[in-house]
Amino acid sequence: MPLVLTEEQEMLRESARGFLDEKAPVSALRKLRDDNDPTGFSRDLWKEMAEMGWAGILVDEQHGGADFGFVGAGVVAEEIGRTLTASPFLSTSILAATALQKIGADAHKQEHLPKIAAGEALFALAVDETRKHGSAKTAMVAEKAGNAFKLSGDKTFVADGHVADKIIVAARSAGSPGEQDGLTLFLVDAKANGVSVERTMMVDSRNAARIKFDNVEATGDDVLGEVDGGYMALEGVLNAGRAGLAAEMSGAAQQSFSMTMDYLKERKQFGKEIGSFQALQHRAAHLYSEIELMKSAILKALQDLDGHYGMAGPICSLAKAKAGEVAKLASLEAVQMHGGIGMTDEYDIGFYMKRIRVAQEMFGDPAFHADRIAQMRGY
Amino acid sequence: MSDLEAFRKETRAWLDENCPKEMRDGAGGEENICWGGKNWKFQSEAQKTWLNVMAEKGWTVPAWPKEYGGGGLSKEEVKILKGEMKALNIRSPLESFGIWMLGPALLKYGTHEQKLHFLPPITRGEIRWCQGYSEPNAGSDLASLQCKCEDKGDHWLVNGQKIWTSYADESDWIFVLVRTDPSATKHNGISFILIDMAAKGVSTKPIKLISGKSPFCETFFDDVVVPKEHAPGVNAIVGELNRGWDVAKYLLTHEREMISGGGGGLLGGRGMGEVAAQQIGLEDGRLADPILRGKIAQAEIDGWAFLLTLERMKDEAKAGQGVGANSSMLKYYGTEFNKRRFELFMDAGGSDELEWEGERTKDGKMARGWLRTKANSIEGGTSEVQLNIIAKRILELPGA
Repeated sequence: MPLVLTEEQEMLRESARGFLDEKAPVSALRKLRDDNDPTGFSRDLWKEMAEMGWAGILVDEQHGGADFGFVGAGVVAEEIGRTLTASPFLSTSILAATALQKIGADAHKQEHLPKIAAGEALFALAVDETRKHGSAKTAMVAEKAGNAFKLSGDKTFVADGHVADKIIVAARSAGSPGEQDGLTLFLVDAKANGVSVERTMMVDSRNAARIKFDNVEATGDDVLGEVDGGYMALEGVLNAGRAGLAAEMSGAAQQSFSMTMDYLKERKQFGKEIGSFQALQHRAAHLYSEIELMKSAILKALQDLDGHYGMAGPICSLAKAKAGEVAKLASLEAVQMHGGIGMTDEYDIGFYMKRIRVAQEMFGDPAFHADRIAQMRGY
Repeated sequence: MSDLEAFRKETRAWLDENCPKEMRDGAGGEENICWGGKNWKFQSEAQKTWLNVMAEKGWTVPAWPKEYGGGGLSKEEVKILKGEMKALNIRSPLESFGIWMLGPALLKYGTHEQKLHFLPPITRGEIRWCQGYSEPNAGSDLASLQCKCEDKGDHWLVNGQKIWTSYADESDWIFVLVRTDPSATKHNGISFILIDMAAKGVSTKPIKLISGKSPFCETFFDDVVVPKEHAPGVNAIVGELNRGWDVAKYLLTHEREMISGGGGGLLGGRGMGEVAAQQIGLEDGRLADPILRGKIAQAEIDGWAFLLTLERMKDEAKAGQGVGANSSMLKYYGTEFNKRRFELFMDAGGSDELEWEGERTKDGKMARGWLRTKANSIEGGTSEVQLNIIAKRILELPGA
C-alpha cells in the first residue's frame, strides 16, 4: 500500500482540522485548566465529536461506528495533537474500542460498542502499576474462585480513569510479575464495590487517575479474551494506543514547529529577522527532516495496524520511539527559539512541551521501545 | 494473467536463460561494478557477456527510450525487472556516470541529435563519462566557478581546473560546467559542455584519499579546443548557452537522490545489531555491551524511519504530491546517517577492524569503508548546503 493518505482520509483530515480549530483550540484547554474543570474535558464537545463519527471511528458499522480504520483514527489523533484538544478519544475510541473489537465476546460488543460510538460511555485502560511502563510487570492479583475472580492491586497513570464508566484492567491470574504468561483482562464497572479512583492532575492539564482495586469481584463474563493468556491481546491494544499517541505527538510537534517558523520570520533582533541566522536555520532544517521521518514511521504503523494487526508490534514501537524523540526535540527547539516568551504561561508553546512529555511517557518511552526493537531483532 | 504478471514471467525466464552463472553471486560493492569505457578491462568473460546481452536488450538502462539504446520500459516494468534481478541475485551489468548523470541531463535538456549521438554508446558501456563540476575555489559555492570557455568563432577554447572529478583518469569524455559569460551574474554565465578527454590539453592527476584509494582526480584544461559541433548537428553545449546552471541544478538534485539511497545502495547490507552481535557476542540474549546496544537500537530506529521516508517520498511523487527540495532532506539525513552507521560498525568491530592490510580484514575493508563514508556528507553538496536549501526552499526562512 502506498505511504500516502487516500482521498477519503484527506477529507477526514480537513474536516477534523476545521472542526477542532473552531471548537477546541488551545484556548479551550487553557480554560479547562484555569477553571479547574471537574472533568477536565467538555462533554458537549465530546458529544459533537461523536456526531462527527470520531467516537466510533474504530467501531464497525454493524455496531454503529464509522469503521474508518487505524489510519483514520491516526488522522484524527494528529489533528487533536495540533490543537491539544482534551477528550476521551485515546482511552475510549482507540484503546477500549480496539480491545472490544479485537477480543470482546459478541455480548461485550453488543452492549458497549454502540454506546462508545454514540459518545455515551467512557472507558479507561488500566495497565501500569509503577512509574515506568511494562505490561508484563503487572502484579495486581486476580484470585480465582470457581468461575469468579477477586481483583486486588493499584493502577497508576490511567488516562481518563477519573471519568470512565468502565475500566479495562490487566491483572495477574497466574505466574509472577515479569512474566508474559498469566495475565487476564477484565472489564470492570468503575462504580463496583472496592474500586476507588483518585484523579491525578498532570503536568499537561489532562487527566489521569490512580485506581485502587480492593477485592473487586468479577465473573467469567467480565473477562476480555483468554484467562491467563491476555498478554498478546493486551499488547495489541497497547500497540494501537502507541500508534495513536505517536500520531497525536506528531500533530503537536508539527504545530509547535509551524508556530516556531512563524516566529522566526517575524521576530527581529540585531536589525533583522532571527530566522535569517544560519545557526537557527540549520537547527530548523534538521528538525524538519526529523519530523518527516516521524511522519513516515507513524503512517506505516497505522497502515500495518489496519492490514496486519497481529504483526504490527515492531512498527508501532518504531512509531512510538521515533515520535517520542522527535516531538520532544520539536518542543525543546520551540521553547528555545521563542526565547523568553516561550517560557511564559500566557504563550501557548509551553502547553505543547507539557503534553508531549506526557504522551512520550505513556505506554513506553523511546528507550522502552528501542529495547523492544533490539530484542525483536535478536540483540 | 495481467500484462505485468506476464512481463514478470517472461523477464524471469529471459534472465535465467541469459545471465551467466558467475554474475549471479549478488555481489555488490564497488570492486564488482562494471564501469565500461574504452579503458575498461573486464574482470571476466562472464562480465563481458552479461553486459553485451543486457545492452542488446536495452536493459542496461531499461527506462530510457528504445531509439537511444534503452529498454523503453514503464516504471512498473523497471521495478519488476529490478525485483527479478534481485530475486536471482544478479549483478547489475553496467553502472556509470553516463547512466546516472549525463543520460538524465541529455534526456531532459539535449537535442534529438545529441541524444542519438551520445546515449547509445553509454548504454553499451563503450564510452565512460565523468563529471567536471567542483573547482579548487568553487566547492559549496559551486556557482562561483571560473573555468573559462571562450567563443573562438568555429570552436570553444577552454582553460581552467576541475577537482573531485570521479574516475577522470579512466574516463573517455567529461561533462563540464564552464563560464561562458564572465560579465553576467554568477548563475547566468555558466554553460554545460561536453569534452573529449583525449583532446589536446586535457590532463588528470589522481588524488589519494584518507581511505588510501583514489576515486577522484584533479582535471586540467590548458587551451583545449572544443569543436562547436562534435558531429554534424551535435552541439558541444547542452541546453542553452549561459543557462548551464539549470542543467547543473537538475543533475545535482538527481545526484542527491542517488547518494541518499534513492537509487538503492547506501543503506544496503546487514543490520548494525546483527553485525555487532556476531562481533562482540550476546549475554542473556542481549548485546554484551549495553551502551553500544542502546546506541545501535536508536540508530536502527532512525535508519528504519529513513527507509520508510524514502518510500513515502516516492509514493508522494507518484501521487503528484511531494516537495522537490525534499531531495536535500534525504541527502542530508541519509549521508549523516551512513556516517553514524559506520562509526557504530567500527565501535563494534574494535581492534580487529583497525587492521589496514592483510587477508584477515580484506585489506581493511571495513576501515576503508568507514573512511569513505566521510565524503558522503561533502560530495554532491555538503550537509550544510542541504540544510541551507531546506531552510530557504521548504521553510522559506528569510535571507537564507
